Amino acid sequence: MNILGLSAFYHDSAAALVRDGEILAAAQEERFTRKKHDERFPEHALRYCLETAGLQASDLDAVIFYEKPLLKFERLLETYLAYAPRGLFSFFRAMPPWLQQKLHLPREIDRGLGGGYAGPIYFCTHHEAHAASAFYPSPFGEAAILTMDGVGEWATTSWGTGRGNAIELRGEIRFPHSLGLLYSAFTSYCGFRVNSGEYKLMGLAPYGEPRYAGLIRRHLIDLREDGSFRLDMAYFNYCQGLTMTNRRFHRLFGGPPRRPDSEPTQREMDLAASIQLVTEEAMLNIARHVHRETGLPDLCLAGGVALNCVGNGRILREGPFENIWIQPAAGDAGGALGAALWCWYHQLGNARTPQPRDSQQGSYLGPAFSPAQVRAELGALNAVCETFATEEQLADAIAAALDEGKIVGHFAGRAEFGPRALGHRSLLGDPRRPDMQTRMNTAIKFRESFRPFAPAVLEGRQSDYFDLTAASPYMLLVAPVRADRRGPSAPGEERLSGLARLKALRGDLPAVTHVDHSARVQTVGADRSPRFHAILRAFERRTGCPVLVNTSFNIRGEPVVHTPSEAYRCFMFTDMDVLVVEDCLLRKEAQPPLEGAAAYRRRFGAAD
Amino acid sequence: MARRRSFLAELFDFILAHKAWLLAPIILVLVLAGLLIILGGTKAAPFIYTLF
Repeated sequence: MNILGLSAFYHDSAAALVRDGEILAAAQEERFTRKKHDERFPEHALRYCLETAGLQASDLDAVIFYEKPLLKFERLLETYLAYAPRGLFSFFRAMPPWLQQKLHLPREIDRGLGGGYAGPIYFCTHHEAHAASAFYPSPFGEAAILTMDGVGEWATTSWGTGRGNAIELRGEIRFPHSLGLLYSAFTSYCGFRVNSGEYKLMGLAPYGEPRYAGLIRRHLIDLREDGSFRLDMAYFNYCQGLTMTNRRFHRLFGGPPRRPDSEPTQREMDLAASIQLVTEEAMLNIARHVHRETGLPDLCLAGGVALNCVGNGRILREGPFENIWIQPAAGDAGGALGAALWCWYHQLGNARTPQPRDSQQGSYLGPAFSPAQVRAELGALNAVCETFATEEQLADAIAAALDEGKIVGHFAGRAEFGPRALGHRSLLGDPRRPDMQTRMNTAIKFRESFRPFAPAVLEGRQSDYFDLTAASPYMLLVAPVRADRRGPSAPGEERLSGLARLKALRGDLPAVTHVDHSARVQTVGADRSPRFHAILRAFERRTGCPVLVNTSFNIRGEPVVHTPSEAYRCFMFTDMDVLVVEDCLLRKEAQPPLEGAAAYRRRFGAAD
Repeated sequence: MARRRSFLAELFDFILAHKAWLLAPIILVLVLAGLLIILGGTKAAPFIYTLF
């Protein structure tokens, strides 16, 4: 039975195809359209899913959407009514897309499927989709489930249990009280874009001191013993206006929001540290409550807040759960996958057998390119490739380049589903080099130099470098770097503040150790990604270090590269030294010149 | 193309199932306002004043 899950019309639209409970394909629309967080109907992602499974639209047995639009519409209208006449302007902005499109999803879905599908269209709630995406692919037969995000229909946080093939959501916190929206309010106040700048705020937090945390707890959020929380809506404007925060909020924190074109100051760093701390406290608080209520040792997480890997790391280390599993596509894109799984297991009642590792397949669920396609695309660009007799020789050549300090773009196998690049669409570098972070940020990605990079480490070796024993295959856990790997403090280092802390040397792995000595770890096993594992092994053989810098293969504002020719352009128009596309290795110095660098950087560099 | 239930039928079911009575007058006003806007651009425009 083939079930198509869809998410669309808010942000991060995606499609996922599940056959008899097995995930065949999942992809986010932005990769195909090259528009970051594309919210339009996922026609390209949907076509990819059908092609991968060798299906026509008419072969589908069910289509399921990740939200209940009428319930969401009810929330919108009731909220506007509660705030009327304030919010009239926002109301008039919001209504046209609802009346034209969002309320007519069956029509939109039929149209998107080219009229070839006559079967049922189902809808599950936003948080049911998140809960399903967290529990069904997890390795647990029974587990507590916690989903936290901005808002779906009404729920902003929900918790419950998963047993076998059934999910029971037992409690929820409703709009407008939302941990995700609180975090987004600070994201916007600190001058970053809502729904995409939250990572930046999280990356900025370690540079600051949480000096506003008390103010946030006293005025903005009431954290209660039962894990719930309430926001004081007098400080927010998102119910009725077109901004997240209002003047009262700005007065509380002593000034207007940062202008996006200005540099973040110590104040923004302190604000980031403060909201990060309070968010972690709220996450821990809820996790403890869910544990008390369910008594289960394992926890599954999803929803946009579950991408807060610092908070996830604290739940793992300080929380009551023994194991946690986090859906790698924890945001709305993952809702497409969750909806399809919900339909198969929960709605149709099919039996579920959890897989020992999980059934997410390393999240390598996106498009792959055959050697013939790669050669055709690169040939059309007159690219000069080297090939190797064996995979091992290729891995050795990549390791040698990395050891020389070169930055390697690696494009191989199926693309990742979810926001993290996990080795298949990645930029790799040597983590032992102190200049690597700044070089990769400024010369390759054209992004802010404060943003940290993540380490990929051979599975089983993570505890040699980090205070982490659990596997973290999806790069969703932040763990401290081991004390003996941090290196001695430089004289006067403790007096440094803000971005100056970036220049202080940080131990054995300076390129992936954040200023607070933390790292967002990915553990790499041979079963999920043999190629990436082989590169790490080759690098370890050569240098003794089983760790590499791993960041997504894109520049600022650009979705992760999708085709070999996009990878080649990114390679040619940035300071990347080496590109590997499947079995082809390309060195920058061997390539003929390529026109269009300025236009390429302009196209993406301005938008983030 | 598949035959689907109309949006208004779905909405009616939703209001009944969720006892969302509050929505009924809001939807009615929206529909009336929509009709006014549509009719305001047609030959029926001169008659609209007499309705209110």
